Amino acid sequence: MRDARSRVRRPIGLRLWLSGGWITLLIIGAVLAPLIAPHDPLYQDLFAGRMPPVWVDGADPNFLLGTDSLGRDVLSRILYGARLALTVALVAGTLTCLIGATLGLIAGYYRGWVDMVISRLVDIWMAFPPVLFAILLIAVLGTGLTSIIIAIVVIDWTRFARVVRAEAMTQGTMDYVASAQVVGRTKAGTMFAEILPNVLPTIVALLTLEMGIAVIVEAILSFVNLSISTDAPTWGGMIAEGRTSVHQAWWVLVFPLITLFLTVLSFSQLGEGLKDYFDPVLR
Amino acid sequence: MSFLEVENLTLRIARGPRILRAVSLGVDQGEVRGLVGESGAGKSMIGKAILGTLPRAIQVVSGRISLDGTDLQTLPARERRRRIGAQVALIPQDPLTALNPVRRVGPQITNRLVDILGWDRSRAEARARELLDEVHIPDPDRVMRSYPHELSGGMRQRILIASAFAAEPKLIIADEPTTALDVTVQKQILRLIKEMQDRHNTALLFVTHDLGVVSKICQSLTVLYAGKVIEDTDTRSFFAAPGHPYSQALLHATPKYTDPEDSLTPVPQHVIDAVEAEVTDFDKGLGA
Amino acid sequence: MPFLRTILARLAATLVTLFGAAVIVFVVIRVVPGNPIAMMLPPGATEDDIARLQALYGLDKSIFEQFVIWLGGVVRGDFGTSISLRQPVLNLVLGRLPATLELSIMALVIAVFIGGAMALTGTLRRDTRTEAAIDVTSGMALSVPDFLWGLILILLFGVLWPVFHISGRVSPSLDFDFQTQFYLFESVLRLRFDVWADLVSHMFMPSLALAIPLAAIISQLLKQSLKETMHLDYVTLARTKGYSEASVITREALPNAVLPTLTLIGVQFTFLIGGTVIIERLFSYEGLGNMAIDAVINRDLPLIQGIVILFALLFTVVNLVVDMTYAALNPRLRHA
Ligand SMILES: Nc1ncnc2c1ncn2[C@@H]1O[C@H](COP(=O)(O)OP(=O)(O)O)[C@@H](O)[C@H]1O
Ligand SMILES: [Mg+2]
Repeated sequence: MRDARSRVRRPIGLRLWLSGGWITLLIIGAVLAPLIAPHDPLYQDLFAGRMPPVWVDGADPNFLLGTDSLGRDVLSRILYGARLALTVALVAGTLTCLIGATLGLIAGYYRGWVDMVISRLVDIWMAFPPVLFAILLIAVLGTGLTSIIIAIVVIDWTRFARVVRAEAMTQGTMDYVASAQVVGRTKAGTMFAEILPNVLPTIVALLTLEMGIAVIVEAILSFVNLSISTDAPTWGGMIAEGRTSVHQAWWVLVFPLITLFLTVLSFSQLGEGLKDYFDPVLR
Repeated sequence: MSFLEVENLTLRIARGPRILRAVSLGVDQGEVRGLVGESGAGKSMIGKAILGTLPRAIQVVSGRISLDGTDLQTLPARERRRRIGAQVALIPQDPLTALNPVRRVGPQITNRLVDILGWDRSRAEARARELLDEVHIPDPDRVMRSYPHELSGGMRQRILIASAFAAEPKLIIADEPTTALDVTVQKQILRLIKEMQDRHNTALLFVTHDLGVVSKICQSLTVLYAGKVIEDTDTRSFFAAPGHPYSQALLHATPKYTDPEDSLTPVPQHVIDAVEAEVTDFDKGLGA
Repeated sequence: MPFLRTILARLAATLVTLFGAAVIVFVVIRVVPGNPIAMMLPPGATEDDIARLQALYGLDKSIFEQFVIWLGGVVRGDFGTSISLRQPVLNLVLGRLPATLELSIMALVIAVFIGGAMALTGTLRRDTRTEAAIDVTSGMALSVPDFLWGLILILLFGVLWPVFHISGRVSPSLDFDFQTQFYLFESVLRLRFDVWADLVSHMFMPSLALAIPLAAIISQLLKQSLKETMHLDYVTLARTKGYSEASVITREALPNAVLPTLTLIGVQFTFLIGGTVIIERLFSYEGLGNMAIDAVINRDLPLIQGIVILFALLFTVVNLVVDMTYAALNPRLRHA
C-alpha cells in the first residue's frame, strides 16, 4: 500500500517548475539581499520621494522600481521584505506543521478521550475569525518576529490537526496496521512506523500550503501595522503605504503586491502539485 | 416499411474497437421484437443509439436510424430530440436508480407531457392518474405525491412503465426491465408490459438475455453476438429450428421452464470460436 | 424524531463551543500587557484615579471573578461597556452587525452566482477546452486569499478604471436619513435606487474580493458533483424524454448535486465571514471587523470580547442554518 503509493509517480508538471522556480528565485534574492539590493532599504531621501520606476518618464535610473513617499528604494525594500516573509514561512510553517500534525496523528490514531479533547479544541478554534485572532494575539504578545510566528502557530495548527486526524483514522482501520500490531509493535511504534509514512505526503503538501498562508498572515499583520517595527521593510507595510498613495504612486502598491501574489500562488500551486505528485489516487 | 428502421449501424469506441457491426433491425407498429445476446453484446447500445443517448466516448461510424420513414440524422438536433421524446420511450433496467430521488413521482410522469409536448398541467396530471390506474397502482394521488424512496422496486417499475406510455409513444424500448427485480415481481411486470403494449398497440423492442421471456412475449427476435446480428427471424421458427449454430447453442443453454434443472449445456467452445471467426472476418472485410 | 434530536445535539455542542471560545478570549486578552485604563486617562492622572477606574470596570478582581461577572452579565444580555467608546458593547456591536451581514450575504450571493455559473458551464462543456479553462481559473482563484483579491480589485476598479468607490460604506454627501442599520435592505424597501446604487458601488469590491475564493470552491465542488450525477440513470431517462442537455443539467442533475455541495459551503461561508475582518479594514468599510481591529489596537477588552463572541455565534448559526437547509432539501431526511 505504502510502496504502491511512492512507486506510481507522475512527471513533475509545468506548474511545479514555475512555482518552484519563483520560490527559488525569491530565496536567492532574500539570502543575497545585502549584496544585490541597490540601496539601503531604510535610507530615506525626501528629495527623491515617489520616483516612478525606470521605464516611466521622469524616473531616476538609480531606482529600478521607483521610490516610496519617503524616498526609499522599492526594489531594495521588496528584497529585504522577502527575508522576513520567507523566515516566517519557513519557521512558522514548520512549527505549525509539527504541532498540528502531531496532535492530529494522536487524535486520529489513539481516538478515545484524547481525540475528544483535541476535536473539541478544533471546534472552538473554528469559531474564531483567524485574522482577528491573530491580531488579538499580536496585541497580547507585542510586535516582533517571535510574536508573529507564535500567532501563526496558534491560529493555524487546526488546519493540520483536522486533515491529519481524518487521514490517520482511515489508515488506522486498514489491515496492514492490524498486522503490524500482531507482529508485536507497540501502539506508538505502529503510529510512527506505519501510519506516519502514509500520511506524510498529505503533510508535506499541507506544509507547502501553510507556508503561503504564513506569508499572507504576516503581510496582513504588517498591513495593520502589527508586524515588526514600523519602518522595517515588510511587504504588508509597503502595501499599506501604497494603498494610501495609490493615486499618486501606483508602483509603491503594485510591485510588492505582485511579489506577494506570485509568492502565495507559488506556495499554493507547489502544495497542490506535490499532492498530485505523491498521490496516484487523486482526492 | 417498419416504424423503426435501423440500417447498417456501426459504432465504435473512439480510437478503439467496434461495438456494433452493421446492425440492421426493424420493429413494426404493434410488434414485439426481442433483442437477445449475452452481456456486453451491444444490446443497450442499440437502444441508446435510437434514443440519442450514446456515451460521448462512442462514435457512430455509419448507419441510418429512421422513425416512421424519417431519417433522424437529417433533422436538426433540437427537432430530433423532440421527435424522439414524443415518439419513443424507454423502460429502464433498474427502477431504483431511474427515478430522481429529490423530486416527487407525479412531476416525473407528467414532465414530458408538460415541458416537451406543451400540455397544460391539469390535463397532464389527469392523464398520469389514468395511467397509474392502468398499471394497477391503487391510490394514484398519494403515489404521485410520494418520493421514490417511499415506494418499493416493483411499484417504481410500474411508475416508470406508466411514464413511458404517457405520451402514447409509437415505440417503446425496454432494456432488461425485469433483471433488477425479485423473481416474483418479474412475472407481474412482464405481464404488465405485454398488457400495456397490447392495449396501446405500440411497437416494442424488448432487450433481454433470457430466451424464455422471448418465447412468451415476442413475435420476432434479433440475436446479437459481439455487436453483430447473428440471426433475425420470427419467434416460432427460431424455437422450431434456430438458423445459426450459435443460436442453437444459446437455446440449449437456456433453462426450460418445464424442467429448469435439466439439459443445461453451456455454449460449446467450438461454437464460440466459429462465431468469433465470423466477427473477425467481418472486420477484415471492412479493412480494420 | 431523529431530525429534532440531531438539531438538539447540535445546539448543545454549539453551546459548549461558544463557552470554550468565551473562556479563551477572556483569558487571552487579560494577559495583555499595557494597562487599558491608563491609556484612557490624561497624562496627569494619579495612581488613585487609575485604581478607581479599574474598579469601575471590574478590572481589579481576579480573572475568574471577572469571568463569572461577565458571564452573568451576558446571560442577562449585558456585555459590559466599551472602554474606548464609552457605550454599551451590545449597542455598538449590534449597530455594526448589519453592515457586516449585508456585506457577507452580498458576497455569498455573488459567489453562488459566479461559482454556480462556472459549474454549470463546465458540466455542459465537460471534457472540452472550456472546462479546462474553468478549472485553471478556479484553481487560481482558490490559491489566492481574499485580502490579495481586494488589493487587486482596488488597482483594477479604483485606479486603472475607477468606476467603484474604494472606501467607506456610503457616500457622506448622500442626502438620506437611514432609519435602520440595514442600509442596502432599507434603500430597496424605500425605493431609493440612487441610494441603493451608491451602496452597491461601495460594496462591490469588498464583496467581490470575499466572493472570489468561495466562488472557486463552489465551482469545483458543484461541478464535480454535477458530473457524477450526469451518469445516473434518471438523468439519462430525462434525456430520452426530449430535454436539452442544459435543461437536463439544471432540472435533473442540479437539485441532487446541490446537496453534497451545500454542507461544504456552510463551513466555507464562515471562513468568508472571518475574512470580512481584514477586507473591511482594507476598504474602510464600517462593519464589525473594522471595529474589531480598532478595539484590539485600543485594548478595549469588553468590546473585543463582545465582538469575538458575536462572530463565534454567527459562525455556529450559519452551520445550524446549513444543516437545517440540507434536511429541508433532502426528502429522505424531511420525512424521516
Ligand atoms: N461508456 C462506454 N464507453 C465505452 N464503451 C462502453 C461504454 N458503455 C459500454 N461500453 C462497451 O460497449 C459494449 C456493449 O455494451 P452494452 O450495449 O451495454 O452491452 P449489453 O448487451 O450488455 O447491453 C460493451 O463491450 C461495453 O464494454
Ligand atoms: Mg445492457
